[in-house]
Amino acid sequence: MKTILAVVGGALALFLTIAMFGGAGWTHPPMAAKQIGFRGTGMDLIRTRAGNEALSAANVAPPPADPADAGGEKASAVYENVQVLGDLSAEQFNRLMVSITEWVAPQQGCTYCHSTENMASDELYQKRVARRMLQMTQTINSSWKEKHVHEAGVTCYTCHRGNPVPANIWFDRPVQGEGKFRPRNNSQNLASAEVGNTSLPYDVYQAFYQHKETSEDAVRVNGTTALPETKGKPIQDAEKTFAIMISMSQSLGVNCTFCHNTRSVAQWDTSTPNRVHAWYGIRMVRDLNQDYMEPLTSTFPRNRLGPMGDVPKINCATCHNGANKPLNGANVIGPYPELSHPTIEASLPTGEAKDPIPGTNIPALKPSKP
Amino acid sequence: MAYYQNIFTQVQVRPLEPENGVPVSSNERVGKPFNSYLFGLLGNSQVGPIYIGYVAALSMVCGLIAFEIIGLNMWASVNWDPVQFARQLPWLALEPPLPKYGLKILPPLNEGGWWLIAGFFLTAAILLWWVHLYRRARALGMGTHVPWAFASAIWLYLVLGFIRPVMMGSWSEAVPFGIFPHLDWTAAFSLRYGNLFYNPFHMLSITFLYGSTLLFAMHGGTILACSRYGADREIDQIVDRGTATERAALFWRWTMGFNATMESIHRWAWWFAVLTTLTGGIGILLTGTVVDNWYLWAVKHGVAPSYPQVYGPIVDPAHLAPGMKP
Repeated sequence: MKTILAVVGGALALFLTIAMFGGAGWTHPPMAAKQIGFRGTGMDLIRTRAGNEALSAANVAPPPADPADAGGEKASAVYENVQVLGDLSAEQFNRLMVSITEWVAPQQGCTYCHSTENMASDELYQKRVARRMLQMTQTINSSWKEKHVHEAGVTCYTCHRGNPVPANIWFDRPVQGEGKFRPRNNSQNLASAEVGNTSLPYDVYQAFYQHKETSEDAVRVNGTTALPETKGKPIQDAEKTFAIMISMSQSLGVNCTFCHNTRSVAQWDTSTPNRVHAWYGIRMVRDLNQDYMEPLTSTFPRNRLGPMGDVPKINCATCHNGANKPLNGANVIGPYPELSHPTIEASLPTGEAKDPIPGTNIPALKPSKP
Repeated sequence: MAYYQNIFTQVQVRPLEPENGVPVSSNERVGKPFNSYLFGLLGNSQVGPIYIGYVAALSMVCGLIAFEIIGLNMWASVNWDPVQFARQLPWLALEPPLPKYGLKILPPLNEGGWWLIAGFFLTAAILLWWVHLYRRARALGMGTHVPWAFASAIWLYLVLGFIRPVMMGSWSEAVPFGIFPHLDWTAAFSLRYGNLFYNPFHMLSITFLYGSTLLFAMHGGTILACSRYGADREIDQIVDRGTATERAALFWRWTMGFNATMESIHRWAWWFAVLTTLTGGIGILLTGTVVDNWYLWAVKHGVAPSYPQVYGPIVDPAHLAPGMKP
């Protein structure tokens, strides 16, 4: 009895030790911690040297295409149906088309957006979406230059990274427990990657990233006075705020103290300037989702939409992809001045969905887990 | 061969006649006592006979009902999928009602009604168990230190799940039943109320909690270290000092200049443990009801120091005049 127990206990301890070493996702030295606040406040960006190298290697900006001749005939004269970039020379236009193919559909090629029979045709939904995305890129690089993207700017590659659908997008999620026995779960209490595998609410993007007119106080749950003077926010709101903050932290690969002095997360005067950048970033995301993504709902085919029939939407991770400066902060817009400012007034395009070209073999989106 | 030198030994004593203890007035114990090697590794190898009684039986039934309600709700929340139930178990929860229901006694079952029912039965089970503890202590002619220590823990439980929600006017302020959910709730609670570390009763509670572990390690270590001199008879040695007590006392006078007595160390430990949940409960009760932001409270009362600005003045962009640059 004693021997058997000792053997079983020893084996269990051995397996648990192996599982602990192999399965716990350890972060190990050498560390690359960086102090980002006054000493003693615990404001440090804690990373590993290996992690920094991996992050940097995963976020290399592609080399820009060789500059093209600005002279010669304009694209609008050479090609039909050039609605946004007609002012470019035909050579500049072709250069951008080649770059976009490399950024967005390197495997699928030109025919991901263009009909092989008629390159000018708007038959494919991808082309109509791409046209609107060109306008979105121009808006980001102009309207949001000063407040969020600065000199670095963005191109299609910032989000797409060689994928027709960027890796980090989000959809609305159905509310559980409406009119069924299945209990309401406040859209929380399931292991959710969006919120760092906590049990916090997983459906937070909808509340914070969707509408331009989201209340300024939506995310602010702290009392502004030491003693209660008005009815405060319920704890459920604090959980939502906590969840969206974890999601931002993950999207940017930083910890809370990158923006906040965590002894009082609400105080602006003890925060870092990064918090102001992030504040504008949230406004930018709301603008882009409402003005550029939602109007495309009817342009996308059903299989590109979410479980609730909503359009794929943007969050911090869509551009940042785990780095606090997308593409290591490289100036990506410089070589592509045509994407740095709006070139037409109209908002393009809308229209009905059509099926993608047969045989392009686009991987289907992963269905969201319950 | 193993030898039996003092009570603190790994030798398992198995008497021919099971130990029945002192005769007491209500001696209605059930079960045939037996010896277990596994139990002997941790404590006494003899198991039973046990006293159940109506109060404990009712307590266990109530506890089982609460456990079933919580577990079945968790299972239902993954649509009765047994695999997801096992995988997600640490994340699953039974949530209290939403704020819109206030203190309504029975909101719809799937919107917090089950939470209230489970909370009722769990509270009944805990209170009945307290009565059971108290009555058994009296029946044995003991003091009631153990039930009162348990009462201190019950105080914190009641503050979190009943008293504070009632004072705040909403069941939604209570804690969800769930493994990770109650921990995430705790973190969110601190974030909501401006950092609980600035709550002085939270400070006291942490002091007593860590103090309890320190005292436990010091006392346990001292007695084990002196057991070869008879320190296991520590209670005798309160009045009749032996070499173990003398050595233990001298050890602490040498190392920290001061020593507890064989009697006082137990009062220290008991009070540290009891005050952990007693002060913790007071701290929770004040949060949201009397103080809304503990950081601002601490600034107001000179508890939180101020640090030099290392960046230029950071201004809330939401409060900038239109057109002004940040």
